[in-house]
Amino acid sequence: MIFKIAFRNVFRNARRSTATILTIAVGTAATLIFLAYTLYNVLGLQTSTVDRGGHLTIFRNGFYDFGAGNPAVWGIDDYQTVLKLVRTDPVLAPMIAVVTPVQQVGGIASNADSDVSKTFFGQGFIPSERDAMKRWNEYGTGGVSVGDTGLKDDDPSQGVIGSGLALILGLCKPLHFDYCPKLPKGAPKELDQSPSAANLPSQDFSALSGRDVAAPQSATGLPSLDILAATAGGAPNVVRLKILRVEYQGVKALDDSYIGMHLALAQQLVYGRGEHKVTGIVVQLHRTEDWQFAKQRMLELFAKNNLNLEIKNYAELNPFYVQALQFLYSIFLFIAVIFGVVVLFTVSNAMSMSVVERTDEIGTLRALGLRRAKIRRQFITEGFLLGVIGTTLGVIAALAIAALINRSGLTWTPPGQTYSVPLKLYLFGATQSIVVIWIILVVVSTLASLLPANRAAKMQIVDALRHV
Amino acid sequence: MAESNQPVVRLTNVKKTYKLGSSQVQAVRGISLAVPPRCFTMIVGPSGSGKTTLLNLIGCIDRPSSGTVEIAGQDIARLGDNALSDLRARRIGFIFQSFSLIPVLSAYENVEYPLLSTDISAKDRRRAVLDMLDAVGLKDQRSQRPNELSGGQKQRVAIARALVKQPEFVLADEPTANLDSGTGASIIELMRKMQVEKNTSFIFSTHDPQLISHADKTFAIRDGLLVDQSAGGKQ
Ligand SMILES: Nc1ncnc2c1ncn2[C@@H]1O[C@H](COP(=O)(O)OP(=O)(O)OP(=O)(O)O)[C@@H](O)[C@H]1O
Ligand SMILES: [Mg+2]
Repeated sequence: MIFKIAFRNVFRNARRSTATILTIAVGTAATLIFLAYTLYNVLGLQTSTVDRGGHLTIFRNGFYDFGAGNPAVWGIDDYQTVLKLVRTDPVLAPMIAVVTPVQQVGGIASNADSDVSKTFFGQGFIPSERDAMKRWNEYGTGGVSVGDTGLKDDDPSQGVIGSGLALILGLCKPLHFDYCPKLPKGAPKELDQSPSAANLPSQDFSALSGRDVAAPQSATGLPSLDILAATAGGAPNVVRLKILRVEYQGVKALDDSYIGMHLALAQQLVYGRGEHKVTGIVVQLHRTEDWQFAKQRMLELFAKNNLNLEIKNYAELNPFYVQALQFLYSIFLFIAVIFGVVVLFTVSNAMSMSVVERTDEIGTLRALGLRRAKIRRQFITEGFLLGVIGTTLGVIAALAIAALINRSGLTWTPPGQTYSVPLKLYLFGATQSIVVIWIILVVVSTLASLLPANRAAKMQIVDALRHV
Repeated sequence: MAESNQPVVRLTNVKKTYKLGSSQVQAVRGISLAVPPRCFTMIVGPSGSGKTTLLNLIGCIDRPSSGTVEIAGQDIARLGDNALSDLRARRIGFIFQSFSLIPVLSAYENVEYPLLSTDISAKDRRRAVLDMLDAVGLKDQRSQRPNELSGGQKQRVAIARALVKQPEFVLADEPTANLDSGTGASIIELMRKMQVEKNTSFIFSTHDPQLISHADKTFAIRDGLLVDQSAGGKQ
């Protein structure tokens, strides 16, 4: 009966109830749409992070904290054994998408043709495996046009370069990269004709490089850079790298210093003729949720085989990822709280009006012998019902909007990413979050009716009856 | 219990003072009376004399500032709010001047409402409600909502609602004031019929001469004081 009366009262004042329900529905839908958008961004961010660096990276124990200054001496010994161990483990096999070695290298890159140089951050990888990693797209957020590096496994002479570095090193024109800005008026003309620069001995790396230098290959029309780094032994070493393409890196700091190259070349640069090691082994899983399990399993394997290795996950290796996540979630929380407050006040207001209008009814019911608690429950039930109807409509509306937007084929380029991706609202997989938000807003509606319900319950019967 | 000659309600030196801002209004200034069982008892007096206040005290929807109110020999001052609610639910029926039906409920549901908090079975409840609606002549209108009923019909529903739980007495504050004299007469007739049939007591506050003429016992009050009591309907 309490429900019957509540239900009928909700529909009795149709206009006010409709306005209240619509407000709750819009609040719910907006919260959910924004949640879906946040999830989409979070997953997109995760995808672009995992595309590039996998889920887990195996390092020599201590590298993460101490190795950055001299990656050369922190190489993983006998990494082929480690690779084999991970690749052939029957437990890990079904989870793993890619296991691939990488070599970090830092040094100075110079364009011999224009006498400019710049410190670089280099990464050596196996091109086909790097390309495979880029296709990881667990959530369907991935790019519509993810470019392969274009490098070939059997040609270690070629590399790619960040667009910022390409600009700095004067490679825009030779690479036919059209997005570089033009030199401003009054800039130093023809840098390569600067006499002082031409005489700098440091420009001639070959003098330092000894026999480790890569033999200059016959030009295939590609511009080339000389890149200089210190070997594991501390000796300077230089190799020549042909630049195949410009690869925009999204983040300027990286874009201004990135050189991607074949693993073999990076190893040659760092280890010369010594044992070729790698700084890291990147593991990409099919599904992100497996990472803890996979990490645990690998650590067990390493312990069993007396390998002194550590494993870092993608969040640890990308502080920006974690910050961006927190940023997105805090915005979501902020917006959700605002909508929660709007719902709170709307329901509270509607219920207050209802209590005032029904003062005589409250007096009558109390005279008939209804206890205060029952009166309170009656009005709380009405707030609850408003909440249930409103939030349910809101969920339906949000799902409809999400479906529409997902079908519309809109694309955009998220911040820090290098390619445009389809705009998708991740609502259909987020059942748990939908349920949680539904419950929270129903609870908010119910709580909002608490105060008016208390007022109704506390009324003096005679005052209520005289109200007419 | 119904056959005893104990008064249904006894008031002893009851006073009721309302605060109105800083001043105080003495609505009832010391009234003692006993309401006899199985009667039409009328509380009469000019407007503002304290009739409604007195009726509210008898009906346990208000508490006296001083003095005692006893229902069937029990002092209600000892009862908490819930106990008082339960007492009203079981023993006291109310009929209001402006009918005060629950607007979202049909005639049937309005009559059924007081029985919902009792432990009567659904079958017995249905029978009791239909019998009651039959007795007030509204069996055919039972599914209509209050706004689809005339004033007289509404008051009939209210009478059915007051009596369906078989209360010891029914309080009616000017039940005919919002009805034309013809309808009023039929409502009075119905109440008398119910009083006899259900062997219960009615306590009215009124200044409707038509109603007063049916009184078995009359209490006349003025300025919050009892000025006369008599058997029958003479003022
Ligand atoms: N809640 C209240 N607060 C303040 N004063 C009140 C309150 N209820 C009643 N009074 C005052 O008490 C006095 C008696 O009021 P009451 O309603 O009992 O009169 P009544 O005899 O029923 O009058 P009527 O015939 O007009 O209904 C009046 O002066 C009224 O103004
Ligand atoms: Mg009155």
